[in-house]
Order: sequence, then C-alpha cells, then structure tokens
Amino acid sequence: MINKHDILLIGLNHKTAPVEIRECIGFSGDESDQALLDLHALEAVHEVLLVSTCNRVEALVTTSSKDDAVRQIVTLLAEMNGIPADDFEDKLYRHVNDEAVRHIFRVASSLDSMVVGEPQILGQIKEAYRKAATKKTSGVILNRLLHKTFLVAKRVRTETGIGDHAVSISYAAIELARKIFGDLEGRKVMLVGAGEMAELAVEHLIRNHADQILVANRTFERGVELARRFNGRAIRFEEIATGLESVDIVISSTGASDYVIRREQVRGVMRRRRNRPLFFIDIAVPRDIDPEINRLNNIYAYDIDDLKGVIEENIEDRQRAAVKGERLVDEAVIRFHQWYENLDVVPTIVGLRRKFEGVTRAEVARTFSGGSLPEVAPEALDKMVNALVNKILHDPTTILKREEGHGNKAQLLAAIRKLFKLDDNDTI
Amino acid sequence: MDIGILGTLGLYALSTVAYVAFLFTQKKKLHHYGVWLLSAGCLIHTLWIGYRTVASGHLPVNTLRDTLSFAGWALTGVFLLFHYRYRLKVMGIFAAPLATAVVAVVATLPATTMAAKPVLKSLWLVSHVTFIFIGEAGMALACGLGVLYLTQERAIKSKKPGFFFRRLPSLDQLDSAGYGCILGGFLMMTLGLIMGLVYAKSVWGRFWSWDPKEVWSGITWLLYAVMIHMRLSVGWRGRRTAVMAIIGFATVLFTFLGVNLFLSGHHGEFTGR
Repeated sequence: MINKHDILLIGLNHKTAPVEIRECIGFSGDESDQALLDLHALEAVHEVLLVSTCNRVEALVTTSSKDDAVRQIVTLLAEMNGIPADDFEDKLYRHVNDEAVRHIFRVASSLDSMVVGEPQILGQIKEAYRKAATKKTSGVILNRLLHKTFLVAKRVRTETGIGDHAVSISYAAIELARKIFGDLEGRKVMLVGAGEMAELAVEHLIRNHADQILVANRTFERGVELARRFNGRAIRFEEIATGLESVDIVISSTGASDYVIRREQVRGVMRRRRNRPLFFIDIAVPRDIDPEINRLNNIYAYDIDDLKGVIEENIEDRQRAAVKGERLVDEAVIRFHQWYENLDVVPTIVGLRRKFEGVTRAEVARTFSGGSLPEVAPEALDKMVNALVNKILHDPTTILKREEGHGNKAQLLAAIRKLFKLDDNDTI
Repeated sequence: MDIGILGTLGLYALSTVAYVAFLFTQKKKLHHYGVWLLSAGCLIHTLWIGYRTVASGHLPVNTLRDTLSFAGWALTGVFLLFHYRYRLKVMGIFAAPLATAVVAVVATLPATTMAAKPVLKSLWLVSHVTFIFIGEAGMALACGLGVLYLTQERAIKSKKPGFFFRRLPSLDQLDSAGYGCILGGFLMMTLGLIMGLVYAKSVWGRFWSWDPKEVWSGITWLLYAVMIHMRLSVGWRGRRTAVMAIIGFATVLFTFLGVNLFLSGHHGEFTGR
C-alpha cells in the first residue's frame, strides 16, 4: 500500500508573532513567487500554497513525511529572510490533516482574523491560490481543498452575516449616514477642526461619493491645506453657522474646551434648510457639539461614545456570527475528511466494484424480469457478475496498486472518483 | 361559492408569512415569494371581483363586504405598483398583513345580496369608487411608511441601532416614498371626490348636501391638502410628515368605516344600511 500523504499547514500570525517577526518573515509580490517555487522544490514537499499578508505567513503543503517537511520549510524561511530559525521557530504553529483543513477554512472565512469578519483575507487567499495554480505548485489535493475553502468562506459570509456591520468608528459613522440619507452621492460634508479619525471619516465619505467638502479650522491656513487634500473649500471658523445651511453631514474634531456648535444656532438654521436632515458626528473630547441638538427634529448628533456603543453591538453580533461560522467550518472539515480518506487505492477499488456490481445486477435483473427468457440458476448469474466485474477491474487494480509517485496516483484516483462519481457529496 | 375570496385570503396569508420570514432572515428568496404570492392573490382577487361584476351587472360595492373586498384589492394593487416604483422590500411587511386582515374580515362577513339598483350602473359612480379606493390605498401605504419612518428614526435617535435599524431602509427613502404615496393618493382622491360630486348632481340634483360622509371626506381631503402645502412651502418633512400620514389614514378609516357605522346619511343607500 502507498504511504498516504499528509496535509500540513505551518505558519505564524498576529496572535503568535509580534509585528517585528511578521515583517521579517513576510513576502511581498515577487518575493512570494520565488518563495513559492523554492518551497515546491523542497524534497519533502509535494504540493504547496503560500499565503503571505501583513497579519500572517502560512505554507499549506502536502507531504509524505511531515517532520522532514517542517524542518525543510523552517530552514528555507530562515534562509530566505536572513534570520536565524531560532528567532521565530517557537512562534510557528503546525497543523496536520483535519486541523490543517480546519485552519485554512477558518482563515478564509475570516474567523481567525484580527478583526473577525473582515473581508480582505478571502481575496488574499484567492490570490495566493491563483499563484499556486499558475505556477503549478498545487495539485489534486490542494485544488480540491482550496475549492472547498472558497465555498465554505462564501457560505459563512452569506449565512452568518459576519461581515455585515461596521466595527470601526469611521465605518459606523458612514453606516449611520447611509441610514439617514440613503445614498451619500452628492451629499455635502463639513469638517470642523482636524484629526486622524475625522479625516479618515471624510475619506470614507468621499469614497462613498460625498460631494463637496467644506473645511473650517481655527487656523485658516491649516484649513486651506486640508481642503486642498480633500478637493474641497476652506471656510473661516466664524462662517460655520452659514455653512450649516448647505451641508448635510458635519464631522467635528476640534480641541475646543466648549461647544463649538450650539442648539440655538442649529435651530435657526433648520428653518432656512427647510428641514432637510442634518447629521453631526462629534469625534472631539471634550465634545464640540451640544448633545441637546439630537432632540431637534430631523437632526441626528452622535458623539464618540455613541459611535463606540454602536460598534460594541456590532462586535457582539460578529461574535455570535462567528460561533455559527465555526459550526459551518466543522461540517465542511468532516466532509473534506471523508473525501480525503477515500482518495486512496482500496476505497476507490471498493467503490468501483460496488458501482459495477450494482449496475450489472440491476441490468441482469431487468433482463430476466420479463419472463420471456428461460430461467437461469441465480448462482450461475452471480458467478457471471463476479467474473465480469473482476475482469473489468483487474487492470485498473494492478495499475493503482503499483508503487509509484504519490502525486500521479492521487491525480489518477481523483480522476477515477470523478469519472465514476464515487463521491456523492459534491456540495461542500 | 366563495372559493375566490378564500383563495385570495390563502395567498395573501402565505405572502404575509413569506414577508415576516423575510424580515427576520433577510433572505432575498423569501421576499420574492412574498411578491409572487401577493401578485397571485391579487390576480385571483381581480378575477373574483370581475366575476361578481359580470354576475350582478355592476361593480360590487353595494355591501360592506364587497366594499371592503374592493378596498383590499385596491391596496394590494397599489402596493404592487408601489413595489415596482420604489423597491422598498420591507414595505410588504406592512401591506401584506393589512390586505390579509381586510380580506379575512370580508371572508367572515355574510354574503348578503342586494337588489341591483339602477343608480349603481352609472359610470360616474364606478369611477368615483375606484379612484377613491386607489387613493385610500395610497394613504394606507403612506401610513405604513410613516410607522416605519418613526421606528427607524427612533432607532437612530436613541443611538441603539438594533433589529429594525438594520432591516429598514434609510429615513430619506422612507420619507420620500411616503410623500410619493401621499401625492399619488391625494391626486386619486381628488379625482374620486370630483366624480362623486358630479354623480351627486346627477342623482340628487346637488353637488354637495352636507351628508356626514361628504363632510368627513372633505375634512380628510383638507388634511392632506394642508400636509402637502406645508411640505412645499416650509419644508415639513420627516417625523412630522410621518405622524401626519398616520393621522391622515386614521381619518380615512373613519370616513370609510366609522361614518357608515356611527353616522347615517345617503351613502347608506349603497352600503346596505
């Protein structure tokens, strides 16, 4: 019997290794192409896929001797990155077979991400797989595994809604704006003050096609500078009240110790705005915007704590979704396990035999069921069926049992199982 | 005998189930089922009303049962048109149960047949009733949108977005769809009232006779006229419009049912009092 290959996953991520190590081990563009080929060239490695993002570096391989593979991969990683293996070896995790499968399913489904549910990782794995496929470093096992990985990830996303709601302050603000204004296209934004988070929110708004950006800053020059960055217009701090008449969203982040925008001010503006809704996002501490404003009709004012509250709720939701996601992953691991177990000589020959016997018996029974043919002893028919199946299977069995490189054999087995439909669970 | 109304009821009820399930699970497929079931129900409803019209020789609006059925039919029809215009998926959660409730009441009312009166055959009357009911259906949808608006606004103002925040569309969409319904409904209602006035002139020789139903129709019409005027002149919108839409529809309901039940007048001649 052939010694079956193992699926091995070896790598490190944001949970096991600090950023200093991750940036040393990580590969960028061309580097990762070369790393992939080098990994593939390792003696103990048969198929390989390399995932390298800012949060994780992982090699997914099939191998006939996992200890050798681990040693060779670690050595290669150390060589390629020019750091001693001791520096990172204890940060590496190694998963074998079912655990490796589970790991790649979880990673792709964003259950293992720093921000659970973030959508980029799936794209990054798809890209890694595309590379492996074009460089032909993946084979029948990884092809199947990755195909299933993408299905699981998609299923987790659509069935649990894990990525549905914002978990960062600025995204939460955008989500709220969308629930107030619907489409953000053509909406006008006023940025009062400056600050990293406020500027990030403005950038998100611009990406959502918000139209004109007004920038009000105590230092007019600074305002002009910011306005240029956002392709907007700077106004003087004293002009805020007039600005309120035309904008839809106000993002405020000044260092002022008192309210910059007051209830009375806004109340007067609303009449001139003909009650078009106005959304205040107050990122400043202490607050810039009188919270009483939220009580006025058609005005919505959120401060930083309100936004945090919104996110917390969403984070809890994601955690609930993640539990469901884990269950979907577990199911998929079991299914893959079945397929992988069967991808062997004996189960395949058993499967073929069962199939051929079934078909032959059914056809024999059908032929003799009409009663038009003379009775034949059932033992004789049994014997005939067995002989027939044995003869048909003789050559395939000999060829499959011949000692030969595992890769070709796995390919052959996969082809047979596919041609004769020996795996009926072709969903996930 | 009443297989038509029962079939309609069944389909509307199933559509309601689909919409409720959609609200909770947010599966697009369920929403499609909801629309299709409601469309199928509306088709059967249309056939049923058509059959009754042919059988009695006039539009069946002379008993409370038939009138309600007609109102339910108008609601479903207008909702389906609304659906293709605004595509606010969540709206079915309001329209389907309402249509189901109306038709359920219809199904429980006894089927009394009234002798066909020649006055019922007038084209003016048929248009009057049809326009009024389409208008009222528009107002019903506006009321539903008002309720959804208030729900969503509450979610945003309270800073505790939850179940509804995610499932309801934006305030802007709810507000403009509601206003669209009120405008359309108001137009239909106005046309219907004009037809009614003309018909009154032809039957009683007077346009207006201070019949309670006429008075209440006038009040309703004025209410909506004021609402539209305020929106255009000083920009009434959002919460205020939503509340007004709900009050407006309550007035519509009273004019439609309350007047028949509590007050008397010459409309009683048609609705079996």
